[in-house]
Amino acid sequence: MASYEVMVEIRHLPGINDPEGATVERALPALGFSTISKVSMGKAIRFSIDADDVDSATLSVNDVCKRLLANPVLESFEIKIREIK
Amino acid sequence: MHLSGIVVFPGTNCEFDVAESIDKAGGISQLIWHDTTDLSKFDSIVIAGGFAHGDYLRPGAIAKFSPVMSSIERFANDGGTVVGICNGFQVLTEVGLLPGALQKNDSLTFICKNVEIVVSSNFSPLTKNIEIGTELLIPINHFSGNFTVDSETLKVLEDSGRVVFRYKSNPNGSTASIAGISNETGNVVGLMPHPERASDILLGSEDGLRLLKNLILI
Repeated sequence: MASYEVMVEIRHLPGINDPEGATVERALPALGFSTISKVSMGKAIRFSIDADDVDSATLSVNDVCKRLLANPVLESFEIKIREIK
Repeated sequence: MHLSGIVVFPGTNCEFDVAESIDKAGGISQLIWHDTTDLSKFDSIVIAGGFAHGDYLRPGAIAKFSPVMSSIERFANDGGTVVGICNGFQVLTEVGLLPGALQKNDSLTFICKNVEIVVSSNFSPLTKNIEIGTELLIPINHFSGNFTVDSETLKVLEDSGRVVFRYKSNPNGSTASIAGISNETGNVVGLMPHPERASDILLGSEDGLRLLKNLILI
């Protein structure tokens, strides 16, 4: 068994409204940040998992993302995983 | 007499209002805790509004793992009547009994006010005997009521008469001003407005009671 540190980034699917991102983007020029665009707000979820190897850890994390952490109607997810030595 | 089970999760807060208005509509209501699994005695199940499991992660996301939910899925798949109000609607989409999802209001504000909705279909346990086009005054009270669905599913909903309620003036950015939808067999319905809060003229409207009177006819 090894331990893995996992970071899941959850994003809006293309075409899904992102009112938080749009609001932040609208506020930026007032602070002088006029060159920033394409602001997108999502979620970052960090946790640890014990598994035999990186493949089985990734499989479990994929499963938990599909079943709980992300809503497939609105969101996509990206998994970053690294072994904790 | 119609017996309605009102589902209570940790964080649900509209259960007593729903129970009282169902009783007023002529039914009998019984609160059921979210670990209940035997729903056989109920004529309908209502998932009341609130913040099930604190709405953590997403509204309804954790609630789908409560024991009562798999029983509700079976109950619905066997043709049982299921109504989700506000947070209950969010739970029904999370669990997959209704399509789409409720994302944050496009204004990014919590909205609590009376709104006019239009009955767009009779294909639901709440609108069976209400003429299409009827306008109802019923309050909304939500932060995530922005109904979102892909264009393919929207077409299916529109073509099969499953858009049950539409806002007269879209308050939250919902796709096609949708305020409520039903499933493909018409026995499961979810809506963001709160009929129980429009169940007495003292509350400003009795239009919600009309919907609940339909429910208890089942």
